[in-house]
Amino acid sequence: MKSDDSEKPLKVVGKPFRKVDARAKCTGQTKFADDIALPRMLYCRILRSHEPHAFIKRIDTSKALALPGVLAIITGKEMPIPYGILPVSQDEHALCIRKVRFIGDPVAAVAAIDEDVAFDAMNLIEVQYERLQTISSIEEAVTIDEPRIHEYGDGGNIHKKVSLEFGDVEEGFALADLIREDTFFYEGNTHLPMEQHAAVAYFDTDDKLTLWSSTQTPHYVHRALAKVLELPASHIRVIATPNGGGFGGKSDPFNHEIVVCKLSMITGRPVKVTLTREEVFYCHRGRHPVLMHVKTGVKKDGSITGMHFQSFLDGGGYGSYGVASTFYTGALQTVTYDIPRYKFQGVRCFTNKPPCGPKRGHGTPQPRYALEVHLDKIAEQLKLDPAEMRRQHLVKPNTVTANYLRIGSMGLGECLDKVVAGSGWKNKFSGWAQPNRKLPSGKGIGIACSSYICGAGLPIYWNSMPQSGVQLRLDRQGGVCVMCGSIDIGQGSDSILAYIVAEILGIDPFDIRVVTADTDLTPVDLGSYSSRVTLMTGNAAIQAAERAREFLVMAVAEKLGVPIENISLADRRAFDVENPEVGVSFAEAVVLAESKFGTIGTVGSYSPPPSPGKYKGAGVGPSPAYSYSAAVAEVDVDPSTGIVVVERIWIAHDIGQSINPVLVIGQVEGSVYMGLGEILMEEMAYRGNRNVVHKFPSMLEYKSPTTMEMCDVITYLIEDPDPNGPFGAKEVGQGPLLPVPPAVANAVYDAVGVRIDEVPITPEKVLKALREKQRGRAGRYGPNSVPQIDWPAPLRVQTPAEGGDGREMPHVAVHS
Amino acid sequence: MKEKAHIKFRLNGESAEVAFAPHKTLLEVLREDLNLTGTKHGCELGECGTCTVLVDGRAILSCLFLGVDAEDREVKTVEGMAEGNQLHPLQDTFADLGAAQCGYCSPGFLLVAEELLKKNPKPNRDEIKDALSGNLCRCTGYIKIYEAVELAAARMRGEEMELPRESIFGRD
Repeated sequence: MKSDDSEKPLKVVGKPFRKVDARAKCTGQTKFADDIALPRMLYCRILRSHEPHAFIKRIDTSKALALPGVLAIITGKEMPIPYGILPVSQDEHALCIRKVRFIGDPVAAVAAIDEDVAFDAMNLIEVQYERLQTISSIEEAVTIDEPRIHEYGDGGNIHKKVSLEFGDVEEGFALADLIREDTFFYEGNTHLPMEQHAAVAYFDTDDKLTLWSSTQTPHYVHRALAKVLELPASHIRVIATPNGGGFGGKSDPFNHEIVVCKLSMITGRPVKVTLTREEVFYCHRGRHPVLMHVKTGVKKDGSITGMHFQSFLDGGGYGSYGVASTFYTGALQTVTYDIPRYKFQGVRCFTNKPPCGPKRGHGTPQPRYALEVHLDKIAEQLKLDPAEMRRQHLVKPNTVTANYLRIGSMGLGECLDKVVAGSGWKNKFSGWAQPNRKLPSGKGIGIACSSYICGAGLPIYWNSMPQSGVQLRLDRQGGVCVMCGSIDIGQGSDSILAYIVAEILGIDPFDIRVVTADTDLTPVDLGSYSSRVTLMTGNAAIQAAERAREFLVMAVAEKLGVPIENISLADRRAFDVENPEVGVSFAEAVVLAESKFGTIGTVGSYSPPPSPGKYKGAGVGPSPAYSYSAAVAEVDVDPSTGIVVVERIWIAHDIGQSINPVLVIGQVEGSVYMGLGEILMEEMAYRGNRNVVHKFPSMLEYKSPTTMEMCDVITYLIEDPDPNGPFGAKEVGQGPLLPVPPAVANAVYDAVGVRIDEVPITPEKVLKALREKQRGRAGRYGPNSVPQIDWPAPLRVQTPAEGGDGREMPHVAVHS
Repeated sequence: MKEKAHIKFRLNGESAEVAFAPHKTLLEVLREDLNLTGTKHGCELGECGTCTVLVDGRAILSCLFLGVDAEDREVKTVEGMAEGNQLHPLQDTFADLGAAQCGYCSPGFLLVAEELLKKNPKPNRDEIKDALSGNLCRCTGYIKIYEAVELAAARMRGEEMELPRESIFGRD
């Protein structure tokens, strides 16, 4: 979507402006949630379960209540209504009522005059538990039906089972020259935002509730508060404070947010909670551990005839986004390479561990890693160059995939060309004949591609309202205020609004006041997740600004006595394009418009186009546009220690159009960094006799890359504008993470000839695989099988190529 | 209630006096008793570098430093980096290059970098990495931070240095 002043050269879009909040962030002036302090404010601490799975038999708060300085203590019975991010998984309570499901589940909360008193009081609360058997892994969850962690789901400890088949996959395998099957495991990991979650609530004397919180989704928090606290939503105001990093970890409505509201309602005073770093690990909602099996049929040239992908997700103790995560482990395989027949089966289990949810790439880095390593192995078997093989079989732009995802612009070919040329791939990749290596022993190079959505086609709760709204107010002195429910989590979404409005109104972005993420002041935007913000708020901002522009242009054209189409807005002026010196200042243009039309305010909104998929489950995967990335990694592996050093990554990203290239590159580099952490070291690991105690709930022991581990990154931006993006823009916040783990894994194989089919690639795994290889066995580390479970008969959908209409076929499928 | 400790010290170039519970860390004293919330916390265990401030010109972790130990010392926080309305060159380059994404770790990085440039006005990339290795950033992948330190160092040495084109637009 473009401004209709489209002939005008871009003055703001595509330029490296500072962020509108850059100065505040570099001077310590940005107010994060924990920076808020209100008069008479109380402090909250939450008592969390040290039992992984147990009934709560008794809670005694009397000793804690007797402690001087304690003003209130609450337990679960005071908030009996459940909530959860997805309408189908309303399985959480602000404080547990009947049972606890993981170590860290909240049980009681204290409000006291300071944090020390609150902490002491918390330790005086006595809880008696009755232990239950724990479920700690996918394997246990699919075999142990009782006790059930939850009373809902697809039976036993299975939360959700999905089975979909697009076209006849067996027919595809029959057409293949080679059929290959592989099994992979991607360990869970966590967001680790530098800012710990914090929230301040104040239920004021007008009986209205305000919550300031470090949340990526103020609108969903607003809904959860109204539901659980049984207050009219109109009496609740949620203000999302700038997030000190999100990465998906602040996307659920959280128990601590509801708890401080309740404590403020009881005490009549402001109440603050700031989670400790350990508690942030318990909040989690991070990357699901996923076990995967992939079977692919290919022709000799590497073209895919059919694919069957199975994923097994360890969901932890609650639903969170898990149903969506499950679908996402099977949705986006089809949008990079042509897959004419595709079958997906996914299962998410409940286990007694912190709940998993969305982390950067939500449910897609795991299958992308599996797919791209699997393709590397196929390329080896076919003796094809893995870069060439990928290049030959790309999905075409403006097509619909077998699972009914509509592809718009598609710049992956150009991305591949850039990283292949830039990395010197042809001079470094030795082919599959190791004796004639081009790189020295221990050095290796690997390649992978990926794609990601630019926002989800459907909202989280079913409705036909816009996903994003923007409101603009023009002041007669030339001020412009843009209001939007979106929340800046560091990606620069506030700035994007200013840049786009500035571009259309012909003013400077720093002339604009941006007001965001305040449910009292700003129209709804669904939140900072699924890489939706630039595309959706950007399009809404374009609409609002175009409407404002129309008022200005009409008033100025009348004043100057020239046709409306002659008026251009640029350089803080409105002028006649045929006679540019004839015009008025922007502020005068607003005065003219306000004189003619009254107070100038406009709105814009955005709803994604409808998706062609109509089958049950078609809601996950559709997007207005898909971004594409390709990466080449160069590694140095020490065979005596197994240590993998990633020296450099070349990455090309199809951004459509940069709204601000500096911010785009920042997202690419940050994504590469996070992907590097996932492939080399980050893991949510558990220990103890029941394998449910978090092993590393600290920043020291949860290893993440420092400056010492971060690799060099060479970034190429591919600008192939997408018709659905604002000025053609697509996402960049998540997509560039995706090719990094598989590119590194493939490079490790090139370096030392072992396949590490389990993420992260730690030195121990490399050493074990090298030893296996020395013993003449397959040099491989990873899972060998997946659990056998009863899958439901797949929902059969005819593909577009078969003449399907996007709906499931009425009859029961033959294959299972 | 507990008896309060009372200290006098220099804070961002001005004399300061503050009373606080004696077990409080400098981090807590700055944030809670002096309302200087520019100093952040990520772990309060000395693991992340986010709470870095300068004490007598040396970068320290304020979460591991008792408030009472600041007595008679010179403490500098991110709020003290700009001269009036004029940003410190590091603040300028962090802003220009997008080295502050969420901005939460930025105060710590800025102060460590300031200490580095005082000691070593022309650090190479490895020296910058080494100096910043105790600070975690989850947004940037550190690269924009290195570039911002290099650019600020050049400007502080009085050298002309353009913003590198590749770090803004990517490689051609």
